[in-house]
Amino acid sequence: MTDQAQTPSPQSRSLAMNGFDWKRLSRHGGLIALALLLLINILITPNFLQLQTLFVNISQVATIAIVAVGMTLVIATAGIDLSVGAVMAVAGALAPLIFLSDFAQANPSLGLALSIAVPILVALVCGLFNGVLVAYLGVQPIIATLIFFISGRGIAQVLTNGNLQTFSHPGFSYIGTGKILGLPFQGWLVLVIAVVFWWVVNRTMFGRRILAVGGNEKAARLTGTPVRRVKIGVYVISAGLSGIAGLIVVAINSASDAARIGNLMELDAIAAAVVGGTLLMGGKAPIFGAILGAIIIQLVKYTLLANGVADEVALIAKAGIIVLAVYVQQGRKE
Amino acid sequence: MLDTNAFDLRKYLQGNGQSVGVWIALVAMILFGALRYDNFTGAYNISSFLNYNSMFIAISLGMCFVIMTGGIDLSVGSVVAFTSVCVAYLSPYGIQVALPGGILAGMAIGALNAFFVIKMRIPPFIATLATMLGAKGGALVISGRQTISVDWGSNFTKFGMGNVGGLLPWSIIVVMVLAVGLWVVLEKTSIGRTVEAIGGGEDATRMMGLPVDRAKAFVYILSGGCAGLAGVILASGFGAGQPLEGVGWELSAIASVVVGGTLLTGGLGSVPATVAGALLLGLVFNILNFENGRGVISFSAYWQMVVRGMFLFVVILLQSRFSRAAAKQGA
Amino acid sequence: MQPLLRMQGINKSFAGVVALSSAGLEIAAGEVHALIGQNGAGKSTLIKILTGVYRKDSGDIEFEGAPLNAQSPREAQDNGIATIYQELSLVPLRSVTENVIMGYEPRTRFGFIDWKAAHDRTREILSGFGIDIDVTRPLGSYSTAIQQLTAIARAVSLNARLVIMDEPTSSLDDREVETLFGVVRGLKARGVSVIYVSHFLDELFHICDRATIMRDGQTVAVREIASTTKLGLIADMLGRDPEEIAAAGMTDLGGGKGEAGELLLDARNLSTRRMLRDVSVSVRKGEIVGLGGLLGSGRTEAARAIFGLDRLSAGTVSTHRTPAGFSDPAEAIRGGVGFLTEDRKAEGIVPEMSVRENMTLALLPALAGKFSLDRAREEEIVKKFVDALGIKLASIEQPIRELSGGNQQKVLLARWLALEPDLLILDEPTRGVDVGAKFEIQSIIREYVEKGVGVLLISSEFEELVEGADRIVVLQDGVSVTELRNPGITEEKLIGAIAQSHEGAEA
Repeated sequence: MTDQAQTPSPQSRSLAMNGFDWKRLSRHGGLIALALLLLINILITPNFLQLQTLFVNISQVATIAIVAVGMTLVIATAGIDLSVGAVMAVAGALAPLIFLSDFAQANPSLGLALSIAVPILVALVCGLFNGVLVAYLGVQPIIATLIFFISGRGIAQVLTNGNLQTFSHPGFSYIGTGKILGLPFQGWLVLVIAVVFWWVVNRTMFGRRILAVGGNEKAARLTGTPVRRVKIGVYVISAGLSGIAGLIVVAINSASDAARIGNLMELDAIAAAVVGGTLLMGGKAPIFGAILGAIIIQLVKYTLLANGVADEVALIAKAGIIVLAVYVQQGRKE
Repeated sequence: MLDTNAFDLRKYLQGNGQSVGVWIALVAMILFGALRYDNFTGAYNISSFLNYNSMFIAISLGMCFVIMTGGIDLSVGSVVAFTSVCVAYLSPYGIQVALPGGILAGMAIGALNAFFVIKMRIPPFIATLATMLGAKGGALVISGRQTISVDWGSNFTKFGMGNVGGLLPWSIIVVMVLAVGLWVVLEKTSIGRTVEAIGGGEDATRMMGLPVDRAKAFVYILSGGCAGLAGVILASGFGAGQPLEGVGWELSAIASVVVGGTLLTGGLGSVPATVAGALLLGLVFNILNFENGRGVISFSAYWQMVVRGMFLFVVILLQSRFSRAAAKQGA
Repeated sequence: MQPLLRMQGINKSFAGVVALSSAGLEIAAGEVHALIGQNGAGKSTLIKILTGVYRKDSGDIEFEGAPLNAQSPREAQDNGIATIYQELSLVPLRSVTENVIMGYEPRTRFGFIDWKAAHDRTREILSGFGIDIDVTRPLGSYSTAIQQLTAIARAVSLNARLVIMDEPTSSLDDREVETLFGVVRGLKARGVSVIYVSHFLDELFHICDRATIMRDGQTVAVREIASTTKLGLIADMLGRDPEEIAAAGMTDLGGGKGEAGELLLDARNLSTRRMLRDVSVSVRKGEIVGLGGLLGSGRTEAARAIFGLDRLSAGTVSTHRTPAGFSDPAEAIRGGVGFLTEDRKAEGIVPEMSVRENMTLALLPALAGKFSLDRAREEEIVKKFVDALGIKLASIEQPIRELSGGNQQKVLLARWLALEPDLLILDEPTRGVDVGAKFEIQSIIREYVEKGVGVLLISSEFEELVEGADRIVVLQDGVSVTELRNPGITEEKLIGAIAQSHEGAEA
């Protein structure tokens, strides 16, 4: 018994057209939401149309966007990575420990290089751990990444003894506060990361295989796809990008608080990916959609904060957006 | 074909595997503690251990039911915090109002989860992640980010601090009654059978004409209610509603359920083994605390989270080894 | 006489696509009634409307003289209509008894489930079917046949007046089919009606009284089984003239028997932990070798083992390029082997991906450049195969899920042909595709064989094996027992070899 949509007929083609229109509509949905948000802000938020506002938002959105790109890849394999925020905390806690160490004070440039490379490396190892659990032990992604979701932040706090580390290190802070052509450094970084991963998804074998694994794992395996390597790959990428995001947060604040870096980032990233059109059951990886999603999430946050709404209410609003976005996505599927 | 695997896994886990393993581990740890530490079997330690862990047993029981349907409830930790604040406000009216009030508050959030999952068809982990945020936000809003002191004049704190015979706290008695009730529900009623059937195959269960949606609503509301009960115990035992408590508790609950032998993919579950799993995890912390007291290790509060994660990791490793061994047997 | 069920003028469309147009079905009490038609003819839609899974757009349903409009499977069940679905709708982890009584448990005075009564009742029903098993064990520990019969036992225990069986025999062996037939006759004797949906037309002549034939969402004919023929039914299903079909032959696989050349595959004494005990098979260049046997004889498992999907516990696989066999599909693909799976939906298509992406999935390593895939070459290859295989589509960027079963199958076939393989393993290459596509797929296979490709063919359709294969290796219970050679193979000979006893095979 086959379902009726498979019958080759003029109608089925019109169905295809329908599906396409839907998709276009929902892609526009994201843009419409963005336009509405901008409009509302222009009308009600004081000083919204100022360069400073743009910079603040770019530097805030960068971390969400970077993590969302990794999350998009993981979700595309029908997985999920709840550990992104915790991995950010680990990376963010490590960096000051390194560049504030005696060794780094003695060798400033090597110290700076290490304080960027080592945290990212550690993040990659966390991703490898997640990936191996998922790919080789067959642990459900939610559970596998839940381990770091909780214990990762604990590790970060153990590393720093729960202390807030403040510092003044212009070299390192460039990651968070530097500008290129007048725009924040991390804005450019997001752009580079997005373009690179868009290329990976749409133009490379690895990207195609990510989508195949998420779209139909058995079929992927039968066509010679190294399913396990692909899965490990996306978790490693996701963790690596989270590590970078952790460094940015620390650099922006010139302070590292293991309890707060990347707190609830997994939600922002999942929301951004879903708002951007990533299907939770896998097989789709719209990288620029995720960036758009991140911008929307950030703007909502900004709108609420700039208009004096309390942090905790913003939490509730974000929960609402996530539910709504997934709901809309479910509706489109049917 | 696959079914033979599933069957052998069940036999392995229930017959001679994990379920028995968890009881053996429990007994072994109690023996270890009793022999190594002077005050381990003292009334104070037993009573405070049971009091504290009654909260974890409660949320693990709810989680066990949710996981049996193939779902997950990540909101329990936030719900505990939320209800602890709610009941702190209710405490002047006494425990007879605060206890049902707290449970109802938890059930309300559970109902929201159920609505998201069943009616809006949002995957459970997203839905409950969202309510996790929402409940956390809610707790902070109504508490004004403060811990809310309870009314010490009413009988409210008797519940969380009082005990029977200096040994059995009221909280654990209530939770054990709940556990027995849920065990009966699971084994003896059709809603319980439906819950387990859903985990074995939701579509099949629906095709058989079983009330799938009702059973799913039941488990999420139950889980919320259990978290609500834990919230009451928290507020009454510590004398305050604590909006920032409960972080990572969902992990403890999941770990307890898994160590109790419930398949994470749903289908098989055991109420007694879940209770044992929660006690086991509690004992790990209890023993670490004793070691800490002896100065053997230095155990900062931050380690708690790390230990929870490692514990879950070990359980997962064991379970995947068990399932592999079982799969081998099945072949 | 008042019929038990009368469905009239049923219309249903999905998102604008018409699935049923004025379809009807009439079942008499105590009748075994076949419902047949090609894939997509609307059988399952009609049944799902009857059982409350779908809602009809319009039309009338009358059951036992009263209008019926079931809103859920439960409601249909409560009205006396039970369904045994193709994908078994049972819960394998639960006991046999639970699967029978679930949702309708007998109660003790205290409102708890009365397990003793439940077990007794289940045992009683099953022993009525001639089955004596431990009903307290999980259903999953029993064979598919037992599971199927458990589903029927459930229907009986619910006092169903109408039992719907959807492809009930598709995974049963002959003996089990006989048991099932016995149960069906038993139901009939009790006055229960049965709607019997099956692709296996031969079966219908054993147990059915009448047949309703559907085509393109419409009911096209109702026949008395006793006064029709298999050819007649096929003609109804296809909407063609019986003589025309008879003249065309049953398959399009037969044809030039090229000289068999160099040895491509030599698999010896394969066994796996699962199903295979001792299978040997070889394929030469330009040769079609069939794997014959019943479902569960180890045909698919042998193919999987050769392709490196399942690990061998004993035996050797060597191909002309790789003497050591393959440890995973990627190696097999590099070694020039392709494997068309029997389960198109579960293991074949990636539904959200385009036709282009689906077709080149196995070819990716060959298309991968230093930094990116060679898109131009990819499109060129895809277009070439779309033309050559006559794949009907709107664009190569169309998601494959929108194609018909036959066209999907052609895309998957092209996926392997594009690799220019030496050896193709084809597992049920024409299953679930309509007759037209079937002929086309068969002639494509023949064309490639003539070019020198070796084919290992698995098919449940004896005609396909008998006419297509140069040799047929016959499997029984995971052992290759004998080999037949063409010319000279007839359906009777093949069936004889498959049915042959084990002693005969070992001699």
